[in-house]
Amino acid sequence: MASPRADVPSKIILSASDLHRVVDRIAHQILEKTSGATGTVLLGIPTRGVPLARRLADRIHAFEGIDVPVGSLDITLYRDDLRLHATRALGKTELPGGGIDGRRVVLVDDVLYSGRTVRAALDALNDEGRPSSVQLAVLVDRGHRQLPIRADYVGKNIPTALSESVRVSLTETDGLDEVKLTGGDDL
Amino acid sequence: MIKHLRSAADLDAATATLILDTAGEMAALAGREVKKLPTLRGRTVVNLFYEDSTRTRISFEAAAKRLSADVINFSAKGSSVSKGESLKDTALTLQAMGADAVVIRHPASGAPHRLAAWVDGSVVNAGDGTHEHPTQALLDAYTMRSRLGRLEGLKVAIVGDVLHSRVARSNVLLLTTLGAQVTLVGPPTLIPIDIAAALSPATKVSYDLDSVLPDMDVVMMLRVQTERMQDSYFPSAREYSRRYGLDLARMRKLPGHAIVMHPGPMNRGMEIAPEVADSSRSTIVEQVANGVSARMAVLYLLLGGKA
Repeated sequence: MASPRADVPSKIILSASDLHRVVDRIAHQILEKTSGATGTVLLGIPTRGVPLARRLADRIHAFEGIDVPVGSLDITLYRDDLRLHATRALGKTELPGGGIDGRRVVLVDDVLYSGRTVRAALDALNDEGRPSSVQLAVLVDRGHRQLPIRADYVGKNIPTALSESVRVSLTETDGLDEVKLTGGDDL
Repeated sequence: MIKHLRSAADLDAATATLILDTAGEMAALAGREVKKLPTLRGRTVVNLFYEDSTRTRISFEAAAKRLSADVINFSAKGSSVSKGESLKDTALTLQAMGADAVVIRHPASGAPHRLAAWVDGSVVNAGDGTHEHPTQALLDAYTMRSRLGRLEGLKVAIVGDVLHSRVARSNVLLLTTLGAQVTLVGPPTLIPIDIAAALSPATKVSYDLDSVLPDMDVVMMLRVQTERMQDSYFPSAREYSRRYGLDLARMRKLPGHAIVMHPGPMNRGMEIAPEVADSSRSTIVEQVANGVSARMAVLYLLLGGKA
């Protein structure tokens, strides 16, 4: 990752140890709300939702010895803003063996913002099969929803201004664990 | 991303690899219950075919429809072309109808290049004369990569009528870009003397199929175009088959992992023996399935973003 520019103010929202605690808590909440994660599948949304989903599964395994199937769901082909940008490269979609029919799917993403990514994910899921229910887990909810969508599990609510941006870094993709708020004038 | 796909030479290694990777994701989606994707909703793809074609036209049609584009099929037979309309006037008609992409097959080499100047949308070459057929090369490269795991350093023999083959030309260009080593094999009359130099200096030429086989990872057999048979490029079909046809005895000279490809339609018993075409080394049926994925990747990458 490029180092942040010196003239852009930034603030660390979650340090590495905060982030680990938050993932632990979400893992516990998933266990609690899904009565022991039975019939549950974790699907990460690329890029950073995928390692997060894997971490949640690892923590659930560490706490209860349960193996929750993990996969990834790429939503690029379902985006509603394709025509606004240059063509995007596709991410990987890998559903765990046994698929998602009749199972409880927990979608995992790093940041919940407009809700459009989740909308696209729900459409993509609809073409993959018919889960018994769908839940959403996010590391950060930064507000500013443009669609009637909410998360079932939230790591941290961060009130933001539209001019700010939330940067999630994970060891798997960026070499360190950290959540940062950058930009805006009120920092 | 590029705007048109007129030649395999339009693609640098990064872009070609992006298309192959995208094709891989498209192929993974083909196993689902609902194969359709909403990605190109509201876009129009025109299939403009001045030559007969089954698999290429159907393949492009399936690819565009799986991405939810509207498809208009236009074949020269039964259209204003048979009344003498020129390519340019047809192009202007398509332009007025708002085609986002035109997939063109034309007997004249270079027709897609001319067309690209007359329409605002993307132009995809689906075979022009004896020039190029880039999406065939992409699906061939994709097939090689998925069977053998890589393209870099692969040894590929392209065997047969190289002179008239747009498949051969596009494959040489693309495979060389992606780091494979191509050997063209055929009778001297069907391999233009300076073709290797013209296409890529790394390309080798051989007139002896038996001597190259033990070294190859891939053998791609080209169709003997029966319409050329009258032109005396070789003495007889039987002699051609004897020297350049891939039969079982020849197939056994290949290394154990090597694959046999054919772009189709094939003449069984002529350039390829039926037992070879149906063997486990043959990727002929896979190539057809991969064709849809490769063309979906091309249409997505050309039309999926900001115009």
